[in-house]
Amino acid sequence: MLILTCPYCGVACDETELAPGGEAHLKRFGPGSTDEEFEGYLFQRENPRGVHFERWRHAYGCGKWFHAARDTVTMEVFGTYSAQVTEPPEEIRAKISAKHPGWSWREFS
Amino acid sequence: MVDLASALSEAASSGAIRVEEAGLCGMVTIRGDLTDATFTDAVQAATGIRAPAERGMERVGANALLWMSPDELMLTCDHDAAGDLVGKLESALAGQHHLAVNVSDARAVFRLSGDDGAVRDTLAKLTPADMSVGACPVGAVRRTRLAQAAAAFWFEAEGEAMVVCFRSAAGYVFELLKTASASGAEPGYFAGD
Ligand SMILES: [Zn+2]
Repeated sequence: MLILTCPYCGVACDETELAPGGEAHLKRFGPGSTDEEFEGYLFQRENPRGVHFERWRHAYGCGKWFHAARDTVTMEVFGTYSAQVTEPPEEIRAKISAKHPGWSWREFS
Repeated sequence: MVDLASALSEAASSGAIRVEEAGLCGMVTIRGDLTDATFTDAVQAATGIRAPAERGMERVGANALLWMSPDELMLTCDHDAAGDLVGKLESALAGQHHLAVNVSDARAVFRLSGDDGAVRDTLAKLTPADMSVGACPVGAVRRTRLAQAAAAFWFEAEGEAMVVCFRSAAGYVFELLKTASASGAEPGYFAGD
C-alpha cells in the first residue's frame, strides 16, 4: 500500500484516495514538432526499477494535482511536491541521492 | 410552501453505535484564496467565525466553518439560515474572486454517536484514513471515501462524529454505516484508545 502526503492539504492519503496521473515532468510536443518528438510525448514512458517521478491527484480530498518521487522496488516515498514546477526540487533530489548515489531519471540526476 | 425533506427522513440504526441521518442541515460552499486576509476577513465579517486552520474547524453556536482545501471552506448552519448567510457572504465578498453557494440540499449528513472507540472502529471499516485519536482528533476535518463514496467527517466531541456525503449517495452511505456498526461485529481495535 502506498501512502502519499498531499503537499496542498497535508493529508496522509492512501493510494485509493488518489487518482494516478502517470509520469511526471513530461514536456509537451504539439504542432511544429517532429514526428519523433510527438511520438515520444504521446507514447514513450519510463518504467524504472527504482527511482521514479509521478503525478497524482488528491481526488477524494482537496482535488489538487501534485508530484511524487518514490522507489518502485521498495515503495519508499522520497517526497511529494507542488504541481507548479517543471523539475524535481533540490531537497527531493538530495533525499534520493542519499539513498541512491549517482541516480538518474530522464534528464534529471 | 415547498415540503422540504432530507434524503432519508432521519433514518437511524442502533448497533455498536447510534447512526442517525441528521435531517435538514444547512451547508454553504465558500471558495476563494484562504491565504488572502482580505478574503478571510470578509468571510469572518459575514459569518462571525474566523477562518479555521488547515484541516481544522471553528464553531460559533449553530454555525461552523470547516477547512476543506487551500481554497475551500464549508459553512454548516441551520437549514433555514443558509440562504441569508449566502446573501451576507455575497455582500461581504463583492468585488473579490470568490464563490458562495447554498449546497444544503445537495448533501446528506449523518451523526454517529456512542463509545468513542466504537465510532472510530465503525469509520475505520469504511475509510483508509487513520482513525486514531492522534491522527483524527476532535475538531479535525477529514475528506476521504467511505467504501466507494466520497465523504467528509469530523468529531464534534469525543464519541460524536458527523459524516457528510452527496445526497445521491445517502442510501448507500447509511447502509455502509449501519452494516459497519452492526452489533456483534465490533473489532474493538480503538476501544480504550
Ligand atoms: Zn490534498
